[in-house]
Amino acid sequence: MNGNVERRATRLIAISLGITTVAALLLALVYLLGGQTQLEGVLIALALGGLGYAFVITARRLLPQGPFVEDRKRLESSPDDIKAFASDFEAVYDVDAEGDDATREGIARRKLLGRMLGAAIGALGLASLFPLASLGPRPGNSLFVTKWRRGSRVVNEQGEPVNVEDLEVGGVITVFPHGNVGAADSQTLLIRLADTAVTTRPGRETWAPEGYVAYSKVCTHAGCPVGLYQQSIERLLCPCHQSTFEVANGATPVFGPATRSLPQLPLMVDTEGFLRSQSDYNQPIGPGFWNRDR
Amino acid sequence: MLVERGVRGLDRRLGLARFARTALNKVFPDHWSFMIGEIAMYCLVILILTGVYLTFFFVPDSRHVIYHGSYGPLRGVRMSAAYESTLHVTFDVRAGLLMRQIHHWAALLFVGSILVHLLRIFFTGAFRKPRELNWMVGLTLFLLALGNGFTGYSLPDDLLSGTGLRIAYSVLLSIPLAGPWLAFLVFGGEFPSDDIIPRLFVIHILIVPALIVGLLTVHLVMLVRQKHTQFAGRGRREDNVVGSKLWPTFTAKTLGLFFFVFAVCAALGGLAQINPVWLYGPFDPSAVSAGSQPDWYIGWLEGALRLMPPWELRIGGFEIPNPFFPGVLLPGITFTVLYLWPWIEERLTKDHAHHHILDRPRDRPRRTALGVAVLAFYVVLFLAGGNDVIAARFDLSVNAVTYVFRALVFVLPVVAAVVAYRLCNELAARDHDDEEKLALLERTPEGGYVDADRDPGSDPGNDTKVVT
Repeated sequence: MNGNVERRATRLIAISLGITTVAALLLALVYLLGGQTQLEGVLIALALGGLGYAFVITARRLLPQGPFVEDRKRLESSPDDIKAFASDFEAVYDVDAEGDDATREGIARRKLLGRMLGAAIGALGLASLFPLASLGPRPGNSLFVTKWRRGSRVVNEQGEPVNVEDLEVGGVITVFPHGNVGAADSQTLLIRLADTAVTTRPGRETWAPEGYVAYSKVCTHAGCPVGLYQQSIERLLCPCHQSTFEVANGATPVFGPATRSLPQLPLMVDTEGFLRSQSDYNQPIGPGFWNRDR
Repeated sequence: MLVERGVRGLDRRLGLARFARTALNKVFPDHWSFMIGEIAMYCLVILILTGVYLTFFFVPDSRHVIYHGSYGPLRGVRMSAAYESTLHVTFDVRAGLLMRQIHHWAALLFVGSILVHLLRIFFTGAFRKPRELNWMVGLTLFLLALGNGFTGYSLPDDLLSGTGLRIAYSVLLSIPLAGPWLAFLVFGGEFPSDDIIPRLFVIHILIVPALIVGLLTVHLVMLVRQKHTQFAGRGRREDNVVGSKLWPTFTAKTLGLFFFVFAVCAALGGLAQINPVWLYGPFDPSAVSAGSQPDWYIGWLEGALRLMPPWELRIGGFEIPNPFFPGVLLPGITFTVLYLWPWIEERLTKDHAHHHILDRPRDRPRRTALGVAVLAFYVVLFLAGGNDVIAARFDLSVNAVTYVFRALVFVLPVVAAVVAYRLCNELAARDHDDEEKLALLERTPEGGYVDADRDPGSDPGNDTKVVT
């Protein structure tokens, strides 16, 4: 009976080791012939699986099964051991010239030295933190401004200036200030809502000439590009966390985690019919930070 | 004998035989749930092997290049050198894609097995005295694994991972007082900066792996020092460990497990596409796609960001922005409570004793119910991270799905806790009934029988029988 089990186990192990060998050689061949991802994955899996099976069958059928018992001794030391350790650590004892035990005031007892050492290490630690400041510039006012200036020409992603004739009503494109195509903090959505000037909020009567409104494309929640414009309901949706903004209503958030409207860029039309910005955004764009309103 | 001669040679120089013999005879309890941590450890080995291979090809550089490789759809496109090198290893290095995919799958499995291992430790009470420190080391390893998953996922500089970095930057920015300063230090300036990819690379391949290997060593040394816990059973007591010896049975078993884990990762890496960055395209700060989901282990944070109602705090002209609450406060509270849990439970139960015999979850219905509730909370958050995918798949309004999740995140944990609590009591009562029908009898030398269970000091030997 026992012999039978062992014979069967031995045969299984031999077969699985054989599979490993064949699969490994085939793997080398596939690689040499130019490689093929799926086949390589399967062959590695077969080779390793064969090996794993061989080890598990060996463990379960051919090796001692126990159960073996090991004693768990008490983990804690005796109070005397702990006391002895503490006194050794504090180095209270010494030997004199004859090799006999002698007591000396342990170095740990010299309070002044202890404090000075603490101060020295503390100061060194503090000084070593300063190189961390080189890892990045001070934020300064960089979170408060973008590349838009008074009179910046509005250009599309190819850098071409945008004319009032360019968009149909309902059209939307991503624009940048001239000379700064791709600037992440200046990305702006240009939407044509109508063919005459629109007012998205009291006080913004002159901001959207010829029906062109421009909002920062950086979501005020977590900074994703607010990339989806649902034309039929005139809403902007951020695909990251579904913050939704009402375009005709000053981009007020109506759904999702965003708490603030998208900042609006005041536009004007120059004498040649090209769009320009009246100024930078009148508030910081993008996600919030503690002193944004200061 | 050959072994003896070899050992003698080594022992003469190092004197290790006695210690090594103790090590060979170390006993490992045989229970499947003890292998979950081993799976995590073997994933780490696979990650290091495949990861080292990938470093030979990856270029951690944000400088822009024009792609001229063999992947047609992106030829002529401007992209970072990091993204280009990822395409290169994918399409132009033999077995490169396989290595990348095995690496990614092993990473997903690594974090997953750590989480399941953590749950096993929690629900069986293995964190109790004297193992509180090792619980904390394990939690730190979990955090490091999460961090290294996220940094690795961000390295290819594709559109999807760039969006993830963008959100991480915004979460950092939301921290009161230090936010802008911290975000600029970590990213080397305002997002997107050219410094972040090389920095993530050093963090991903040097700093965090070194910490993980170091702390894993501490984890294992503590385990050997304190010895394994074990489930209750015949002959298993607080003062012993019953199972297989390290050599040879356990060694063969665990090697077998290692090869199986590797085989599964290889099969997944070869057959199941993961993170096809060539489809996402290079990172462009003004582009994004719908259905942007992070790797699964970040899903709970993503879901929390999505479910958070539009609230923020304003105090005297200063604000605490919305992402701070789900992005910083939630994980902060989560891990603080987890770190302190062994002491919290000790205070609640007033149980200060050492424990080496594990609880079955049913024997601790309150702890189990609490754990199940917390788990349900994070599972809802995880699912909410895919609210747009769920809405699209089932043709629902994403707003409706979000509202339902906002309710579920509070309702489901309560329901789960009640169900778990009642289930525990039910199971425990059934065990009690069974126990009453069973008696462990011991034969006395005189030929009579005594009830062995009544005397806890007696060791049920070979001649005991279980009689119904």
